[in-house]
Amino acid sequence: MATHELRRPFKRPAISDQQRRREISLQRQAQNRRDAQHQARCLASTILTLQPAQYEPAEPDLQLQSETELIPELEIESQEHRRDLRDIDDVRQASRLKGVEARQWFAKQLMLPEWMIDVPERLNTDWYVFARPAGKRCFVVSSNGTTISRLRNGSMLHRFPSALPSGARTSKSSHSGQSYCILDCIFHEPDQTYYVIDMVCWAGMSLYECTTEFRFFWLNSKLVETGACDAPSSYHKFRFSTVPIYNCDQEGLNAAYTGPVPYVKDGLLFCNKHAHYQSGNTPLILVWKDENCSQYVIDTDSKGQVPNKQQVVLELLFDGKLATSDDPPVIFGCLNEDFIQEV
Amino acid sequence: MALEITQYLLAAQSPDAKIRTEAESSLGQFRDQNLPGFLLSLSVELSNDGKPTESRRLAGIVLKNSLDAKEIARKENLIQQWVSIDISIKSQIKSFILNTLGSSVSDACHTAAQVIAKIASIEIPRKEWPELIGLLLGNMTQPDIPASLKQATLETLGYVCEEISHHDLVQDEVNAILTAVVQGMNVTEQNPEVRLAATRALYNALDFAQTNFENEMERSYIMKVICDAALAKETEIRQAAFECLVSIVSTYYEVLEPYMQRIFELTSNAVKGDEEAVALQAVEFWSSICDEEMELQDYEVPENGDSSAPHSHFTEKALPTLVPMLLETLLKQDEDQDQDDGTWNLAMAGGTCLCLVARTVGDAVVPLVMPFVEANISNTDWRAREAATYAFGSILEGPSTEKLSPMVNAGLDFLLNAMKDANGHVKDTTAWTLSRIFELLHSPATGFSVITVANLQRILGTLLDSIKDAPHVAEKVCGAIYYIAQGYEDAGTSSSLLTPFLRDIITNLITTADRTDSSDSKLRSSAYETLNEVVRCSNLAETSQMIVELLPVIMSKLEQTSNLQIVSSDDREKQGDLQASLCGVLQVIIQKLSSADETKHIVLQAADQIMVLFLNVFACRSSTVHEEAMLAIGALAYATGPEFGKYMQEFYKYLEMGLQNFEEYQVCAISVGVVGDISRALDDKVLPYCDGIMTLLLKDLSSGELHRSVKPPIFSCFGDIALAIGEHFEKYIGYALPMMQSASEVCAQMDDNDEEMVDYGNQLRRSIFEAYSGILQGFKNSKADLMLPHAPHLLQFIELVANDQHRDESVTKAAVAVLGDLADALGSNIKTMFKDRTFFTELLGECLQSDDEQLKETATWTQGMIGRAFSVCG
Repeated sequence: MATHELRRPFKRPAISDQQRRREISLQRQAQNRRDAQHQARCLASTILTLQPAQYEPAEPDLQLQSETELIPELEIESQEHRRDLRDIDDVRQASRLKGVEARQWFAKQLMLPEWMIDVPERLNTDWYVFARPAGKRCFVVSSNGTTISRLRNGSMLHRFPSALPSGARTSKSSHSGQSYCILDCIFHEPDQTYYVIDMVCWAGMSLYECTTEFRFFWLNSKLVETGACDAPSSYHKFRFSTVPIYNCDQEGLNAAYTGPVPYVKDGLLFCNKHAHYQSGNTPLILVWKDENCSQYVIDTDSKGQVPNKQQVVLELLFDGKLATSDDPPVIFGCLNEDFIQEV
Repeated sequence: MALEITQYLLAAQSPDAKIRTEAESSLGQFRDQNLPGFLLSLSVELSNDGKPTESRRLAGIVLKNSLDAKEIARKENLIQQWVSIDISIKSQIKSFILNTLGSSVSDACHTAAQVIAKIASIEIPRKEWPELIGLLLGNMTQPDIPASLKQATLETLGYVCEEISHHDLVQDEVNAILTAVVQGMNVTEQNPEVRLAATRALYNALDFAQTNFENEMERSYIMKVICDAALAKETEIRQAAFECLVSIVSTYYEVLEPYMQRIFELTSNAVKGDEEAVALQAVEFWSSICDEEMELQDYEVPENGDSSAPHSHFTEKALPTLVPMLLETLLKQDEDQDQDDGTWNLAMAGGTCLCLVARTVGDAVVPLVMPFVEANISNTDWRAREAATYAFGSILEGPSTEKLSPMVNAGLDFLLNAMKDANGHVKDTTAWTLSRIFELLHSPATGFSVITVANLQRILGTLLDSIKDAPHVAEKVCGAIYYIAQGYEDAGTSSSLLTPFLRDIITNLITTADRTDSSDSKLRSSAYETLNEVVRCSNLAETSQMIVELLPVIMSKLEQTSNLQIVSSDDREKQGDLQASLCGVLQVIIQKLSSADETKHIVLQAADQIMVLFLNVFACRSSTVHEEAMLAIGALAYATGPEFGKYMQEFYKYLEMGLQNFEEYQVCAISVGVVGDISRALDDKVLPYCDGIMTLLLKDLSSGELHRSVKPPIFSCFGDIALAIGEHFEKYIGYALPMMQSASEVCAQMDDNDEEMVDYGNQLRRSIFEAYSGILQGFKNSKADLMLPHAPHLLQFIELVANDQHRDESVTKAAVAVLGDLADALGSNIKTMFKDRTFFTELLGECLQSDDEQLKETATWTQGMIGRAFSVCG
């Protein structure tokens, strides 16, 4: 019945934080456990998104997309998805997207050129030019110890380890979610190389708001440092490469147009030095093709002969406009509604 | 059948260890060979007035311990043993013990009363001793019963009531018992010994009297008898009566109203004029009232006006007279109260109560206390100055900051000056008051602090002077510095204010820890704990250099502890305490430095040496591991990552020892946590140690001895290990999964009315989910199929938890995550399992609408995983 045992004589509390140290330790351990499991889940889910295409047709939108190669610009996702994804304006979030959402998001993110139909002002001072490699245009994303490339429609091309920051699970790479990269590339089949034509994010830093001049400078100084341009190895499945970029003076133009490159050329790309990276078609990137710098100007048959008729594949846009399926498309006409009804 | 065992019982109390051990082993043998005969012999011994008191007492204690134990499994076992004894022998034993109540040796009566209560606690609920109550009541009602038997009977009744529930008896019996007890307490009882025994019996029977307290007439009668007893001539009876009143506060607060006027007078008179033992209980009565009312205020549900527990505001109503009464007690200090920790006097009880009053009523206490403070704080008598300071310090928690801050701002300088008072008590209380001020009114992170740029230097100057004062003052100064440092944690730019003083503070704390003029280790451990807080709360960017310099200082102190001369177990304990303090500091430093990339390498550079020190600390003991060293090792493993592998071989045996420490369950729990740290640090390099670790963890789980709080961490730890070693976890599946499944079945059957069990159940659920998550993710790439047979059980468990109303958010998170892990790992295999279930859509819906971003993110991920599993063909 000695009740005073219950009352801690409060003027004499011994400071003892052992219990607190235990609790702080437990909190730290719980946090570490969450991080470890979270990381396992992210890795796991990126592996899953690599499932070959036959696993994916259950997604109706994708099926449509692959069948309607002719109308890539036609938006076919549900309204709901569009709203959701539009909210993602932060690349940081985008790098964490998975599956369908990632496809839908990345499908909209590439910066696409317009045809060069006249000579822009100050071409010789404000523009760069380079010979565009022929191949598959894609976004390459490295994060959480893995690298994924996605085609223009957002579908996955490769998942592989790379020497890019956070691009492989090696001891030296930090696994922090902070570190990730998004590169604008062209995958060139013959030498199995990703030619990097622009840099969108590097080691967690977004370059969206940077000028082309800065992005190209950063690209050329950073990419080599990581060893991404080295020959493939077990932690680095594909080689990356920069492309020679020239100022648009006569000498530069000549070098880009006629100079030797280790890849098959597909036209010339002109980039405005002051442009920021923006998704979709932009007049600040222009493409030029002719038979000297691209093999894809005119159709040929299997013997290399030019047939009598050139085929043109046209796209019917939802507002009735007709466009070529060129990259970029050229809009050349408009069908009236009655005609569309009949078709 | 009964044997003569007196010699053994006496020998078992011999000062000669050899004789003692032999006797104990003989008694143990007898017990093991023939329990009924053993118990019978003990009861014969106890009842025999011709035997020595010592052997009778021990016989009673052994009997009691053969019927009851603290540990539940053992208790169950003892009960079963008793129940299975032949009924005729049990009757003999009971009759011997009942006869003992009539003994003239009061010691034997007392022991017999306790034994009877233990047997009653087993037999009355089983209706196996129906005659007991009648027999006992007979002792009270029959004529010419000696007072000593009545006394022993009342004591027995009290103990029996404490052991059983009133539901175990018919109401007539309950009433008859209480009538007998209350009659014994009545003023008409001529024998004070009987009256005292009756009052103490009532104290033990208060819970038992529940039905009678519900009846107003009976209640009022009981209250009247108690209040009368509080005025008895004998001090002990008055004290026992007040103890009854104190106990009634917590049991029957809601019916006290009509009696409060009388009780107030009684307590008031007792505090003013009664013996200290009685006065202390009178103060305790008010402390208990405050406890009750604070609890009511904590749980008050404003929107629900007719709450079932009424708040009578006794403290508030009594305030104008209660506070002056308590202030008077503050002047009754002992001359040497600061020297002895065991002291508990009226001044301390009064101050404690005043503190509770302030927390109960808030602002209203301030105008009643401040005139006392002002009138006494400059008095020439130290008692007046100390009481005034104590009063001021007591009301700092409860009243609003607005109310307190002008007073504290105005008084701070006075208090700082008082640190130079001529009297040690005054300085002690002043330092304590300062630490309370910094604890309660210094919170720059939330925008208010009595400390400013202008006065910080003066405050710290004073404190660092006074830390050299007498040990009991210095200890409280440490407390003040502790709270100053704590206030600056996470305080943004204002935390830099403390930085220029830190070097000086750290130096002084180390000097203080090294002091040898203190009789115990309290000052030293206070100094080190304060050092920890200073390091923990400091702004690393500004203080890293100081902390880096502190590291080798602490390391060398820890190194020196192994050179201490150890002669006695007392020396060993002192060494252990010092090592605990130093390991604590090292843990804090390691954690602080490894929290930033810029300083992490310092820890890595010193890791080898630190580890050697920790291993030396472990080596100082043979059978237990040092808890603080284990905690610090967890921090080191986290900091070093895979590098920790090189220490594993030597460290492993201590880890094993820690995992086997059932008695000190905290040590075991910390060791389990360290296994998690090591698994994350080493990844699959932990594999060679996993057989041993898993074996011990599984043993821990199956042990009935180990404190249950360690079990959830063990399940979480399974997940940590599985995640680290991936497919290699396969060999443990056959052992771990059944444990997880049976634990989840335990969860399903848990009593959800017991708040503590609800808490425990939530921890257990979360940890089981974490185990599944780790295993599923670990197996995902190669062995996911192994989990197929276990998936339905898991899914069922998730469903059960999803439908649980008491599930807390952390459980929800773990449940949603493991649901995703299941879909992630098993892919399209889950389709058939999920097909007929709808709970997960609701669960995910609930989570997606949550305000918790983390939960939403997890739920989105899980939704994606399930969607993906369903979209896959096959």
